[in-house]
Amino acid sequence: MKLPDGLPENAFYAIAAIYGLLIVASIITAVMRRASPGEGTTELSRRVTSWWFMITIFTIAIVTNPVVSTVFLGFMTFLAFKEYLSLIPTRRVDRIILLFAYLAIPVQFTFAHFNSYGLFLTFIPVWAFLFFPMAMTLIGRTDGFLRAVGTISWGMMITVFALSHTAMLLSTDDAIAGPAGGAGLLLFLVALTQFNDVAQFTWGKLFGKHKIVPKVSPKKTWEGFLGGFVSTIALAALAGPYLTPLSWHYAAVAGAIIALSGFLGDITISAFKRDLGMKDSGGLIPGHGGILDRVDSLTYAAPVFYHAMHFFVFSGRI
Amino acid sequence: MKRFLQLAFFVLIVRPILLVVLGMNVRGREHLPEKGPAVIVANHNSHLDTLTLMALFPLKDLHRLRPAAAADYFLANKWMSWIANNLINIIPLARGGVRKNPLADLEAALDREDILILFPEGSRGNPEQRAEFKRGVAFLAKARPDVPVHPVFMHGLGKALPKGSLILVPFNCDVIAGAPIRWTGDASSFMAALEICMSGLAAQGKFQPWE
Repeated sequence: MKLPDGLPENAFYAIAAIYGLLIVASIITAVMRRASPGEGTTELSRRVTSWWFMITIFTIAIVTNPVVSTVFLGFMTFLAFKEYLSLIPTRRVDRIILLFAYLAIPVQFTFAHFNSYGLFLTFIPVWAFLFFPMAMTLIGRTDGFLRAVGTISWGMMITVFALSHTAMLLSTDDAIAGPAGGAGLLLFLVALTQFNDVAQFTWGKLFGKHKIVPKVSPKKTWEGFLGGFVSTIALAALAGPYLTPLSWHYAAVAGAIIALSGFLGDITISAFKRDLGMKDSGGLIPGHGGILDRVDSLTYAAPVFYHAMHFFVFSGRI
Repeated sequence: MKRFLQLAFFVLIVRPILLVVLGMNVRGREHLPEKGPAVIVANHNSHLDTLTLMALFPLKDLHRLRPAAAADYFLANKWMSWIANNLINIIPLARGGVRKNPLADLEAALDREDILILFPEGSRGNPEQRAEFKRGVAFLAKARPDVPVHPVFMHGLGKALPKGSLILVPFNCDVIAGAPIRWTGDASSFMAALEICMSGLAAQGKFQPWE
């Protein structure tokens, strides 16, 4: 079969496997909906329908070519950052600051696309973080200054900087990226992060009892977390050798890292939403909420996975 | 030709910008009227308010939507008045009563089964701060007591493009539509009912301060 330009064969099979899972999920929810019609199962099938759309959009974006993929990842980041800025209190004088903050996205993703590690790493935490407080100072309004600097900086960190690691993974040099290239690494990270979310949710629904952080995220239980953790490790060990340069042992460790950091990202975004008094960050994706609700786990999993890979694997340490 | 121009304007410019640059969270879409005659009343923060409200309706109804807008502002120069007349399809209103019945054009539009869009605050005012509704809408409801009046609360567009600014900064906006009300029998109780609706809609969103 003729595959799209530059898409490694293994990535293609992984995508086929994801669609296989999706079909299974659709059948299960259809059966559940038959057995017990109601708001709960309707919401569930709405979620699965949204998954079809999201996975299809994501697939199209990553199989086309690396530029399209990077633009797509940048656009997702823009949506997440916009959602963040729309939710937090901002100052009218900072409108121009926010416009520049948005412009940091294409710059950051350009560095990621060309895999310029140093610029990619310093552009936001060094240059943007020095530039924005300075610009706000020159604008000259000091009341609310600290809050504005703090909220805008953290927002850039958790959305723009964190999510740009997906593009950085994608542009990993073929010589070190493993059998499925950068696309395989990206697919490994995103598929496992999302799988971990679903697995935690499912295990939690089935066996959930002991709450982990009831004040932040009352639905998160130890049973759900551990069930998801083990499931994700198993899937990572299975898929890792095909999508990454890792052997199955190390792939299992990568799965553990993704599951744990994904969970932490999820509850961190929950804490942020709870502070602002809302459950969902928006209404963009039916059954899921906003875009931040969907990428919350990725905000931690992407940088942690990338830097673990960079330090141990890309450098040749293991 | 005018209909085609307006359609192209909304399909090629307004909707893509609202979808990609701004983003909308719409609640209570089922409360919006499916056909005229009807009146939409909304709070006013930005020039984008009108375009956003118009974009909520199916394209086939676009030419039926008639935003009422101040003649002295929108017909002030050639360009503005061309846009207002051809792309937005406004009903110009004279501010500061010069004619016998200032609502005559609006009543005529309702009789043609159009959907009016009114901003009873009268001006965009301070963005993201609600101002008291002017009573003109009550007189219109009195003149056409069977026409439903649909309250819509909007938030966020004043941040994206406030009065006095030419730079558009992306923000998600919230549009919350409520169940329609009708003429209550007297202007005071009608205005009070409308105010209760609007406050109720505003309270549905948890909006952070913006100053």
